[in-house]
Amino acid sequence: MTTATKPRPKYYDLNLANLPAPGLASIVHRISGALLFLPAIPLLLYVMQSTLGSEAGWLHWKRFLSEPAVKVILLGFVWLYAHHFFAGIRYLLLDLHVGVAKASAQASAKLVFALGAVATLLIGWRLW
Amino acid sequence: MKAYAKHPVGAHYGLAAWLLQRLTAVVMAAYTVFLLALLLWYPPASHADWKSLFSGAFVRLATMLFFLALLYHAWVGVRDIIMDYVKPTGLRLGLQALVGTALVFYLVWSVSILWGR
Repeated sequence: MTTATKPRPKYYDLNLANLPAPGLASIVHRISGALLFLPAIPLLLYVMQSTLGSEAGWLHWKRFLSEPAVKVILLGFVWLYAHHFFAGIRYLLLDLHVGVAKASAQASAKLVFALGAVATLLIGWRLW
Repeated sequence: MKAYAKHPVGAHYGLAAWLLQRLTAVVMAAYTVFLLALLLWYPPASHADWKSLFSGAFVRLATMLFFLALLYHAWVGVRDIIMDYVKPTGLRLGLQALVGTALVFYLVWSVSILWGR
């Protein structure tokens, strides 16, 4: 080797707000996954057991879920699921070498955030 | 010859988990679209509606398949997170054991919800 290698660029900006879209989609995919594991899985199982188990349980949750504050929390979980869903589909496509180029990967990461928001708004509109 | 002994680490060790993580994702994505469509077409208005929705053989089996996929997917995902951030071996194994135990418990719980009534 005759040419000296250039020093590698270092870029340690750990502020999430400054992450490029694919990085942000990635860390939100991870955080949403963790929150879907806990508390969402046991909550989902508990609500299913309660609502399927008895008429009283169904009526209790129906009343509880009509509270605006509870609806907002539910929509929070809907958004976590929606983001995890769309970001996951993006990863499946990347695995198949679809949209690997920098420009398309950045565009698809922004699309993931847009679709997550739209899906949450649609389900919110249906809930209210 | 001992220097060439194979250790159960390195290439291909995680391939099955990697592949199953994607397969379970596809199963859950399909179920999500299916259940959303079902709930939009037949919005359950009463406890009887809600109960009958999950008493049909197809929906019950599809839901069980969803839970199986979800719990395995959660195992791989949470294990990845633990491996990335928790370095002390004892703590890491302890957390993994806790998560695994919880997931097995959730599996039994989901079977009892779907069949135990």
